[in-house]
Amino acid sequence: MKSLNPSSKINVHEILEDLANYKPRRRGWIWRQKESITLNEFTYEQASPSLKRSVPLPSARALNNIDPQPDCVVTTEIASGRFEDDIRRMRMAAYHGADHVMVIRTAGQSHFDGLLEGTPQGVGGIPITRKQLRAQRRALDLIEEEVGRPINYHSYVSGVAGPEIAVLFTEEGVNGAHQDPQYNILYRNINMIRSFVDAAESKRVMAYANMAQIDGAHNANATARDAWKVMPELLVQHGINSVFSEKVGIRPENICLSTVPPAAAPSPDLKLNLPYAVALREFFSKYKMRAQMNTKYMDSSTREATVTHVINLLISRLTSVDIQSTITPDEGRNVPWHIYNIEALDTAKQALVAMDDILSMVTLKTDGYLYDKKREIQERAVLMLEEIIDMGGYFEAVESGLFVDSGEYPARNGDGISREMNGGVSAGSFIARDPDYMAPVTAHYGYNNIEQYDSTCVDNPASLIGGSTFERPEMVQFIDELDLTDNVNLRLEETEKYRSSSLLKPEVEWLGDGVITMDLFFPISEDLASEAALEAANKMRLKDVEVIHQEVLHPSEGTRVQVKGRVDFDIDTSTLKRREKTEQIPEEEILEYVKKHPIKVIAGTGGHDEHSVGIREVLDIKHGGIEKYGIPYTYLGTSVPIEKFVDAAIEMDAQCIMMSTIISHDDTHYKNMEKLHQYAVEKGVRERLILIAGGTQVTPEIARKHQVDQGFGRGTKGHHIASYLVKRLKEMGHNAD
Amino acid sequence: MKERQDDFKDRRKHLSEMSDEALKAYFFELTEKVVDPLLDLAHKNTSKSIERSVLLRMGFSSIEATAIVNVLHEHGLLRKGAGHCVYRLSRDYKITLREAGQRIVDADGISELLEVFK
Repeated sequence: MKSLNPSSKINVHEILEDLANYKPRRRGWIWRQKESITLNEFTYEQASPSLKRSVPLPSARALNNIDPQPDCVVTTEIASGRFEDDIRRMRMAAYHGADHVMVIRTAGQSHFDGLLEGTPQGVGGIPITRKQLRAQRRALDLIEEEVGRPINYHSYVSGVAGPEIAVLFTEEGVNGAHQDPQYNILYRNINMIRSFVDAAESKRVMAYANMAQIDGAHNANATARDAWKVMPELLVQHGINSVFSEKVGIRPENICLSTVPPAAAPSPDLKLNLPYAVALREFFSKYKMRAQMNTKYMDSSTREATVTHVINLLISRLTSVDIQSTITPDEGRNVPWHIYNIEALDTAKQALVAMDDILSMVTLKTDGYLYDKKREIQERAVLMLEEIIDMGGYFEAVESGLFVDSGEYPARNGDGISREMNGGVSAGSFIARDPDYMAPVTAHYGYNNIEQYDSTCVDNPASLIGGSTFERPEMVQFIDELDLTDNVNLRLEETEKYRSSSLLKPEVEWLGDGVITMDLFFPISEDLASEAALEAANKMRLKDVEVIHQEVLHPSEGTRVQVKGRVDFDIDTSTLKRREKTEQIPEEEILEYVKKHPIKVIAGTGGHDEHSVGIREVLDIKHGGIEKYGIPYTYLGTSVPIEKFVDAAIEMDAQCIMMSTIISHDDTHYKNMEKLHQYAVEKGVRERLILIAGGTQVTPEIARKHQVDQGFGRGTKGHHIASYLVKRLKEMGHNAD
Repeated sequence: MKERQDDFKDRRKHLSEMSDEALKAYFFELTEKVVDPLLDLAHKNTSKSIERSVLLRMGFSSIEATAIVNVLHEHGLLRKGAGHCVYRLSRDYKITLREAGQRIVDADGISELLEVFK
């Protein structure tokens, strides 16, 4: 398959072609290469090498488009339910800095006893199947080559089919997974004994594949009534999974604690979360930190969620982070959309880079409140472990409802989650191994009597059968589709016109979904505002309209409402006219030219027009106007008679006139352009003057049609004008060397 | 679990003199005590999912692995290991592993295995 070209879309049909014979390129987790880097004149200490291709932060425009990459792996979570659409989002996410793509599973998969196959559509995630994994890994193999950084692919090894999923992941080149039997027990009510028996096998397989493992402790935050009170228990849960994993064979550097700052503002966020973060990192210093963001207190405001996440990122930088998770700010109101994955990634990148090397300037105190609180959390956790042992062990403790209680241990509110040792899904489904039990495969945990057949195979059980799929990938059996009514081929057919013709629709998650959002303000109280918003959307002929967010600005003066809905029209891109693109010359090149060849500009608002904001923005140094590029100007003010522009240019020996004009009745602005040209001709200076017209309604085409040299419209920056001036002056041989 | 007031101040007395390092070491010592019996349980037991995962590694599809494990389970043979059963038939009858799997699902494999593991 051809490598990806940034100017073409990824071709899902090609990804699916001959998939049965595709083999993933590698196994195992890859951390970022941590190093100090220098970009522009800035040095970053907590950084990693820049990408071959990426999209920088918006304000990088003013900084030579540098795109510094932080030192930690950055996650994006993708969950649209259609793997073919997720692939496009993965590519966008990689350009914005994601190198850990976490694919959420469809609802209910953890209770499915076995593997799913084919490409059925999922809900809140995809059904994890061999075909979907292989297609996504194949796409990621291309995407990582395109951006120039390895991308870790990740999903979940949990539920009642954990060991099979771990084997599937190893065969298909999945690089990381969530694995924590406590999650099965507490939140999925899967039998406790079965969960630990299966977990050992799953973890042994993950250890073999060198996968990174993320635990499930963060779910206690999300479940407990008061999340900050569950902190001592979180240490206990992390401890149980980490030690169990290490004893099964996972290397400590691949054991990642999924840790969430449990509280969020308006609670005093840092006072609650920072001591906890310190306590955790001190105890678990040999493992890795996967810093998850708070979702417990997330509502439908994307602004509020973003602020919470930035504060979470501050904690990451004040302590440590190996994998920085990015929760999409829309998670509190819908299954994440493309744009919010990207927003979340940019939030993380911006905040992490902004706080680069912060600990070289500030130090966390080792006494007083921070120390006392940290120590208290640790002691409370130790006391909880003591009680677990007193009770007879882990199973007895869970049975008694010790876990996920809303009291801060040792306080108990009697509302913990209780599971019976012999209850839950798949109870009684574990089977004792006989003395002659055997499994002739690689990465099998526990008792395995290989020597009854061949004592030379004990260290490598698979050698008894000439190797397993881990050594001989050609042995893997690929199943294509099982459900003829629910598969990718049918979905692709339905949306093919948006793939292979010039038709287009706005989109939030699936190609051609047609979903748009609107942000509305109504000067009325909350109770009727959402009705008004729905009515507005109906009048705009949106389908399936829903209110997704509402905020009171004042009980009677006004309410903000966000709605989503679907448009049912297509746009035909072949009928669209492309706007002329303004060329931009690198800033240094402009500065260098202007230094050698000084330029003077005459500027003002022409005719009977008092507007001046627009032109000041492209002139003043403060706004990044031409002055910033060393081009001095003489500003004549507003309502400047046309003749005065030309007279001033002659008097000042200027090379350029910039005339601002707004749209007016009677086409005065066009006439003014022509008049400017005519007067310059009459004065015999037209040849040596560059005439520029600007204004919100001006386009380059209109301007040139009306005899001036160039026009600049909405969104013009000083950089555009300076670039044009330098280019034009070079063509004219201005002050040629 | 019954409601209980926060008795942290009394409970912590024996920890109060421990250094931070000692407290950390004690935390992991206790954690190991909690975890070790769980590992032992995993060492001695298996499950249908584990056995299916063994068959996947031996070159069976998920559908085949499910069918083989279900029939072995019905006859109480998973305690020998599903992979073991497949291997044994393949060795005794000089057939491929995949043929042995098939023999378990739709032919005489089960009775042959019951004979072997009598």
